[in-house]
Amino acid sequence: MKSRKLTIPYIIWMLVFTMIPIVMIGVTAFTDKNGAFTLSNFNNALFYTNVFTKSLFIAFISTLICLVAAYPLAYMMTRMKKSTQNTVIMLIMIPMWMNFLLRIYAWIILLQQNGPIDTALSLLGIHGTYIGNTGAVIAGMVYEYLPFMVLPIYTVMSKIDNGLIEAARDLGSNSTAVFRKVVFPLSVPGIISGITMVFVPSASTFLVSQYLGGTDDIMIGDVIDKVFWTDQNTGSAISLILMVFIFIFLVIMNLFGDEEAIA
Amino acid sequence: MKKILSILLSAVICASCAACFAGCGGSDEKKPENKGEVNVYNWDDYVAEGQDGLMNVIEEFEKETGIKVNYTTYSTNEELYNKLKNSNDNYDVVVPSEYMVSKLIREKMLLELNYDNIPNYKYINKRFKSLPCDPDNKYTVISYWGVTAMVYDKTKVKNKPDSWDALWDKSLKGNILMIDNSRDAMAIAMQTLGIDPSKCTKADVDKATEKLKEQKPLIKKYVMDQVFNEMEGSQSAIAPYYAGDIAMMMEENEDLDYAFPKDGSNLFYDAFCIPTCAENKENAEAFINFMHKPEIAAENCKYLRYGCPNDEAVKLLPDDIKNSELTFPSEEYLDKCYIFSDVEDDVYTYMQDQFVKIQAK
Repeated sequence: MKSRKLTIPYIIWMLVFTMIPIVMIGVTAFTDKNGAFTLSNFNNALFYTNVFTKSLFIAFISTLICLVAAYPLAYMMTRMKKSTQNTVIMLIMIPMWMNFLLRIYAWIILLQQNGPIDTALSLLGIHGTYIGNTGAVIAGMVYEYLPFMVLPIYTVMSKIDNGLIEAARDLGSNSTAVFRKVVFPLSVPGIISGITMVFVPSASTFLVSQYLGGTDDIMIGDVIDKVFWTDQNTGSAISLILMVFIFIFLVIMNLFGDEEAIA
Repeated sequence: MKKILSILLSAVICASCAACFAGCGGSDEKKPENKGEVNVYNWDDYVAEGQDGLMNVIEEFEKETGIKVNYTTYSTNEELYNKLKNSNDNYDVVVPSEYMVSKLIREKMLLELNYDNIPNYKYINKRFKSLPCDPDNKYTVISYWGVTAMVYDKTKVKNKPDSWDALWDKSLKGNILMIDNSRDAMAIAMQTLGIDPSKCTKADVDKATEKLKEQKPLIKKYVMDQVFNEMEGSQSAIAPYYAGDIAMMMEENEDLDYAFPKDGSNLFYDAFCIPTCAENKENAEAFINFMHKPEIAAENCKYLRYGCPNDEAVKLLPDDIKNSELTFPSEEYLDKCYIFSDVEDDVYTYMQDQFVKIQAK
């Protein structure tokens, strides 16, 4: 009984800041400017299908790169001395103390013409443009969301009982087999929550592409932002579709791992 | 080593504490009698607040009148409109642009001003009284005006451009920036097509949309504030922007120059208004009046570099600003400019919608 009472503030919080806004988006998406029921907002939203696909594609690639980069790092971290582990975690966290927009500005300076990267590569005889394309957007996203991939995988991996690994070795597994049969399967929940934490925000992000991308890299988050200027109804419809997609994605992720992995 | 570091750190902490106390002490020095408050909702970066050695006009107002200012800012007219329309916040002074003034008047969201409480209105130049968005002069006191122009990098653009067509120049492909604002972008496209933007219809918007679609492959980016970084950092060749801001960019990078399209451009202005939700109307009028005290208006103009409609204030400006064509284009040029005030709601919504679609395709 007592624990019930303690949950009340959280329930109110969820109600006010999650449920009511979602209902409001739902209502706005299905009504027109005068408040009458309509489906035309979804018809308008269909125009942005290509932006939608591109956003999901960019989010997918960013998540993949994050996973490929983060997994070995997390694995290596679990093999380090405890004190080194703490230092490494610290180093991963420090950039997150700074505002996200400032870090994107830093990327602009890094990638721009005659910026450090351009200058260094020019000295080697390589000339090119490094900003204003999809690659730059993906680089910004990977940089932004990498810690969200490393940390859950690391947390899950560091909890793996060393006894299991020793047992596998005693039973004749070489290190590849230990990794394949013990470490990897036990780290799946970490991978799943990592993917969720990277994919969901990167699919809906905005500003990154406005700062790092070119004219063709507009993402669905930017479209929602711009459409909302004058047309809240269509904006809500696009948001709702995005939410449904993310929900489907979460359900699929759910099928792969056990439920607790998904926050 | 560690010792030196800790000494340094504690020095920094002490210094910052001292700075804080100094700051707090300064504002508490003398407390004027309480005359209530005024809620001002203004553009970001719009008044001198002590930057670059200029006066902090908000504090100055509080000191002089004893009225407390609650100052909040917005970055688009639409943000302002949505706040006024959908929130319960009370604002006493807002500063919408011309087209938003028309819309607010149409929707009966502004109060009539009592010009007796705004004696400094007499300093306003005749051109900026009875504005097209408020022809009977009941609701508005202009704050700033300006025109759109082009800023270009002399090292990348050989000949000084003289029309908006330069923004469609194929030889500058990938080096052109376009303004990320449906009204300004559409108006530029319309002018190149010989359409008067102030009288545009949906069909005109369609033509402008086609023109902008043609431009898209040539463009590096659609930008607003990013234009400063791009141009000051010599990253792009040419961009349309607000003339007052171009003056700022040129101070940072001497390769930059400006060009006015010869057929005129957009003359825009923002005006002080009092919305119907206001609770402190007299204080609001006092605030508006204060902003047009010549010294104050001059100080703001030094900060923002947009056109100052206050004749007495112009006299107080240093010569380099007073004679700058970017801040004060010639009378003849202004006569050629159009004012984008009374675009019908559905045309404007359509414009915005089409502009997002251009960017999304």
